[in-house]
Amino acid sequence: MIDYLIRRILYAIPILIGVNVLTFGLFFVVNTPDDMARMQLGIKRVTPEAIDKWKHQHGYDKPLMINSEASGTGHLTDTIFWQRSASMFMLDFGYSDDGRSISREIATRMGPSLAIALPTFLVGLIVYISFALMMTLFRATALDMVGVAICVLLMSISTLFYIIGGQFLVSKLWNLVPISGYVSGMSSLKFVVLPILIGIVGGVGSSSRWYRTIFIEEIGKDYVRTARSKGLSEFRVLFRHVLQNAMIPILTGVVVVIPLLFMGSLLTESFFGIPGLGSYTIDAINAQDFGVVRAMVFLGSVLYIVGLILTDISYTAVDPRVRLS
Amino acid sequence: MVFLLLSAGVATAWYVRRHEHLLQPWRRVAQSKVALVSLLILSLFLLVGLLDTLHYREALPEKNKGETVYSSEVLSVFDYLVEPLRVNTEKTYSAPFALTLYAKESMTDDQGHAIRDYPRLKYGGAHLTDITERVSDVTKRALLGALSGFIAGVLLLLAIRKRISGPAISVSVISIACLIGAVVNLATVYHVLGTDKVGQDVLYLSLKSIRTGLIIGTVTTMVTLPLALFFGIAAGYFRGWVDDVIQYIYTVLSSIPSVLLIAAAVLMMQVTINTHPEWFDTTASRADLRLVFLCLILGVTSWTGLCRLLRGETLKLREMEYIQAAQAFGVSSMRILARHIMPNVMHIILIALVMDFSALVLAEAVLSYVGVGVDPSMISFGTMINAARLEMAREPMVWWALVSAFGFMLVLVLAANLFADAVRDAFDPRLNRTEAKA
Repeated sequence: MIDYLIRRILYAIPILIGVNVLTFGLFFVVNTPDDMARMQLGIKRVTPEAIDKWKHQHGYDKPLMINSEASGTGHLTDTIFWQRSASMFMLDFGYSDDGRSISREIATRMGPSLAIALPTFLVGLIVYISFALMMTLFRATALDMVGVAICVLLMSISTLFYIIGGQFLVSKLWNLVPISGYVSGMSSLKFVVLPILIGIVGGVGSSSRWYRTIFIEEIGKDYVRTARSKGLSEFRVLFRHVLQNAMIPILTGVVVVIPLLFMGSLLTESFFGIPGLGSYTIDAINAQDFGVVRAMVFLGSVLYIVGLILTDISYTAVDPRVRLS
Repeated sequence: MVFLLLSAGVATAWYVRRHEHLLQPWRRVAQSKVALVSLLILSLFLLVGLLDTLHYREALPEKNKGETVYSSEVLSVFDYLVEPLRVNTEKTYSAPFALTLYAKESMTDDQGHAIRDYPRLKYGGAHLTDITERVSDVTKRALLGALSGFIAGVLLLLAIRKRISGPAISVSVISIACLIGAVVNLATVYHVLGTDKVGQDVLYLSLKSIRTGLIIGTVTTMVTLPLALFFGIAAGYFRGWVDDVIQYIYTVLSSIPSVLLIAAAVLMMQVTINTHPEWFDTTASRADLRLVFLCLILGVTSWTGLCRLLRGETLKLREMEYIQAAQAFGVSSMRILARHIMPNVMHIILIALVMDFSALVLAEAVLSYVGVGVDPSMISFGTMINAARLEMAREPMVWWALVSAFGFMLVLVLAANLFADAVRDAFDPRLNRTEAKA
């Protein structure tokens, strides 16, 4: 088990380096620091001196990948790539273009993101699975048909519609909760209820249908027939046998996203004015702040890899046949 | 390029028709009523999109020396067909079927007094002299249009009666024909879905958006397909270091959250475009480049899932006896891949592609909202929603642009989803087995 974990973590390192090289390539090779400086300082009438000054201020006045002037290890380390990437592995993201520490921003914005994402995820999971179980229980009846039809319909509606429609109906027409905003502490409840609700409704279609497919596939297997022939009630068959055996495919889809909850949702957060990581990313995209976007990409891929490892570990918890080696 | 696609599609259809075993799953698709109705709607959308893709530049009236000068505005055949919709722009917002503008304006009446009232629209319902006639006129025109649509639908059905049967199809053909007839008849004199901020007809905008959505869906697929097919099959068949390298590539790509990767790439492109304004002669060409680039990025980020599926399937297939027999006969790897493996993974590809299409149309709207989607000057569902979103706060509310964008999107995506379901049911061998058992 420990061996396995160590191996997986070591395996993650080349992947993270790959991610870093890729983002680095996207940002710095195609758009040279000169271009970035010109972009930040305004396109017209920029003196070469101003560009040099900006580059020096932001530490961009070094060669990109290989420094042929430096000696020894400085050959590789005294470059933008090294300086910018190596520190990321230590979770030090440097400073954003407006001079604030990215690490500090991430730490403070994580809370609001989680306040939305975690309840959406947990309540959503329960709702989706129970809806799917209900459809499976009444499979091939009118109730099941209607359920699937509703799922397909809900799937086909844009997320934007859920958000805009929900804001309009609940906040504007019924005046139940404020349209957007956020305060810290328990009083934020009235701000987070609507985003959570919309998040859940938006996912019902695709998730429930997906779980239903899993359940239906399980129900066609031999052990289910055996359980029925023993005289177990359909209800018991579903909850005791099918649900447990369907855990592996469910976990495959679910556990990966748990770490990503930290990242928050880009759309929901920006619509509801929640100061989380998602809206931070959107702001950075709009302000063309490369440092922040790069930090978020890196963070996202670290979390994704953590999710993959967690998935494997969770298999052992639900299925004794799985051994990590 | 579009014609290349189209001819490839026709060629494939012809090839499939001649091979009975390939035709069979399509027969199953055709048996499903839902699939046929959604296919009908999809092909209508496709028709609009195709017409809108046939571009031309209008020749300006000859000025001097008989030299033909072309207008800088690029038009499409579709624009020509709906000329009144495009040209008849009002001053600003107006509600569907409205006779007057949305906001009051100062004007002078016949006697020269200054009054504030809702000004009449320049085009919407301009033929009416008495405002109270509006309701009866709308109903009359709608009924008339629906009636002609009904007749056209019935004629169409009679013409193709031998091919398709079943009441579901006939009913949907006739009702769609009625709807189109009514809308066409009304659209000539009213703004059926109202007008937007600069007075453009919302119906026109919605129809134009279809093309953007379709292009994103298909071009992205064209990018995804070769990547996933090549890498997936190669990884599964050759194994060893090839497999390791390809697995490494797709783990790297999929470990980056896709929205962020897209955002990062688009951001980079924006800077490149801004720093090189001399590359583009018109804003339209810039918007087009951006669209193509967006499709490229979407394709590059979304091939990993299909690639993984194909790799798994190829791993399974290469252990099959017929592949091993082929290897024993000394058939070259390329030939085995092309003749034996490719046809056997086709169903996975087809299912994955149809399923992805609707997701892409939805993704476009979201990306455009985040600001990393299509160029703001391009008409698309995303830009329409983005522009209309800000108007929700107005009193009285400007709802029509938003509702029609969502409505058109819903119909398109719903049809695509239903069709994808039918295709999956027909092609997935696993599902067929359970059917046979039951």
